[in-house]
Amino acid sequence: MDLAAPLLDYTVRTVTLGTAAVGAVGGVLGAFAVLRRQGLLGDAVSHAALPGVALAFLLTGSKDLPVLAAGAAIAGWAGSLVVLRVVRSPRVKEDAGLGIVLSTFFGLGLVLLTFIQRSGDAAQAGLDRFLFGQAATLLESDVRTVTGVGAVAIVLVLLLWKEFKLVSFDPGFAAGIGLPVRALDTGLTLLTVAAVVIGLQSVGVVLMSAVLVAPAAAARQWTDRLGPMVWISAGFGAASGAAGALLSSTVDRLPTGPAVVLCATAIAAASLAFAPRRGLAWAAVAAWQRRRRIHSEAVLIDMLALESGHATMHHADENAHSAEVLRLGRAGVDPRRTLALLAARGLVRAVGGGFALTDAGRDEAARLRGGDGGAR
Amino acid sequence: MTLTGGQVEVLAIATLTAVACAVTGTFLVLRRVAMLSDAISHAVLLGIVVAFLAVRDLGSPLLLVGAAATGLLTVLLVEALVRTGRVRQDASIGLVFPALFSIGVILVSRFAGDVHLDTDAVLLGELAFAPLDRLVVAGTDLGPRAMWEMAAILLADVAFVLLFYKELKLTTFDAGLAAAFGFAPAAMHYGLMALVSVTAVGAFDAVGSVLVVALMVAPPAAAWMIANSLPAMIGLSAAFGAVAAVTGHAAARELDASIAGSMAAAAGLVFAAAFLVSPSHGVLAAIARRRRQRWAFAEATLAVHLLQHQDRPEAAEECRADRVHRHLEWDAAFTGQVVRRAVRRGMVARTGPCLGLTAAGRSLAREYMGL
Repeated sequence: MDLAAPLLDYTVRTVTLGTAAVGAVGGVLGAFAVLRRQGLLGDAVSHAALPGVALAFLLTGSKDLPVLAAGAAIAGWAGSLVVLRVVRSPRVKEDAGLGIVLSTFFGLGLVLLTFIQRSGDAAQAGLDRFLFGQAATLLESDVRTVTGVGAVAIVLVLLLWKEFKLVSFDPGFAAGIGLPVRALDTGLTLLTVAAVVIGLQSVGVVLMSAVLVAPAAAARQWTDRLGPMVWISAGFGAASGAAGALLSSTVDRLPTGPAVVLCATAIAAASLAFAPRRGLAWAAVAAWQRRRRIHSEAVLIDMLALESGHATMHHADENAHSAEVLRLGRAGVDPRRTLALLAARGLVRAVGGGFALTDAGRDEAARLRGGDGGAR
Repeated sequence: MTLTGGQVEVLAIATLTAVACAVTGTFLVLRRVAMLSDAISHAVLLGIVVAFLAVRDLGSPLLLVGAAATGLLTVLLVEALVRTGRVRQDASIGLVFPALFSIGVILVSRFAGDVHLDTDAVLLGELAFAPLDRLVVAGTDLGPRAMWEMAAILLADVAFVLLFYKELKLTTFDAGLAAAFGFAPAAMHYGLMALVSVTAVGAFDAVGSVLVVALMVAPPAAAWMIANSLPAMIGLSAAFGAVAAVTGHAAARELDASIAGSMAAAAGLVFAAAFLVSPSHGVLAAIARRRRQRWAFAEATLAVHLLQHQDRPEAAEECRADRVHRHLEWDAAFTGQVVRRAVRRGMVARTGPCLGLTAAGRSLAREYMGL
């Protein structure tokens, strides 16, 4: 399947651009959310936005994106305020606050949505695209709204960069030097709401949170600095948005939201595995190498100790020891593989049915034993 | 308004579902892992779809097993991700379940769209149609299959809680001590997660994925605003779940809207009510307590002031009813209220233009001064 071919189509290009913008803005704000351990706040906000969409339609009868998005923004914002208020009670923890808001607001949204549907209003058709997202329904004007709001959000992040950085990493210090921490917190949450709201039509309320979390979690693996992390996250977000929109417009019956989320998840999985330094694959390789080194050192030291114990016993086989004997030594595992590796390095040689140290091996073992202070 | 037989059955299924969710949810909320219900309830969709595509029979018990296994797998995946140290818990949850859910949604819309598993059912459940699927044994109609299913799940939940009550309680409130006693907190944890998964699968059929979260989190959270012991919390939580089911069902009939959504919204209202009016931890109780303390403190301050100055030369100035507010640096109107309250409560008495302490007021002031 040629993914670039559909880009020649004007509509597809518009839709792809819009969804890429959604991903980029989600990536930027998601980076802050993940660093502030609020990865799930986006989930609550996006679900809470649903009743806002339905109410905006009920009140105005309009299906224009700016109207519905305004309703969504107000409801999402209200949802985040409710979360922040209820967790101030000692009996409500953050997890419960998030769970209650996301599910009950969403329930209310479904009530309103089904109410609109069953009241037989012909204009209702299409509101349910906000559930799983349907990028194909994005008009050019919608894309303008999405990119416009997104651009404003990113410019605000740039303008308040230093402040947002400080409240994210050390709110206590930020308050100490006189920054309005609460206002900045609120501002960052508001921008997150904006990032969620512009994605509702293309990605949908149910999965929008992943567009915030996955690119940010991926970007975190590539760098330890905020600046690079935010822009890498934006890039990952844009890439998954574009790829998801393209896939969904080329493949039949492939909803956009899930497509975008799976692209973002693939990027996150690859980053977790292969990012330089933090990648789990490299960590596994390093652990394996470390284990192998420890085993070979242990076997060498054991062999040296056995040799010196035998010095007076005149073994017929020139101090050769079987693998079975060495198994009882420090390495504590079957040493045959290790012995083969040591033989390849010229530190050990096979003698009869066993193994003996070469001169180089004896020197190496003595050096190692000296290293751990146990030399006699 | 009278309910038809079908509506009674729907209501029964709704109530059983809500109570089962509330009982298991109690432990999620107490263990502060409520958002795992979100992860599990979304992920079970994938399990249901895969199991369905494998056996091609929506009534098969394999669906329940497969889906519950996916729920457990989700928890394991989230925990493994956290253990790598690369991703924190909130992001791990936010990474794992949307991915599994997305795969499920795509499978549904591509391969299972023609059966009654569709994306609407994923979010809305199909409570209204549940009575159409009957359980018929040896030619006798025993009622809706979903009702028996949820009843069995509720029974399993209750049996698990009763059987492992002591272990659940200890591992929930003090995992360290439980481990030291040899109660295997990990076994309890995964046992509970399996139970949550099974319950979520049953409830998923009825109310859809997001609303499972409402029924698992909101009633227990409401109960925790009020209850001070585990049995009370479980009981209240179950009762709140039932209230949400009944009122939600009624409201949905009024509006001709989604029953499941309406139950979730009702559960939210139950929580809001508990949050506001709980006598021990509610917002209103806290406001009332602060007000009471404010008046009591003002009264004590006045009493201490009078004790310091009465029977001394400056008393004529310091204790004058119309001057005392200046000496205390209080607002005059507020002082008037404090004085009237203190007089009414028999702490202070007027003697001419001056205020004087009664015996009770004297001992109040002494008590405050630590004399």
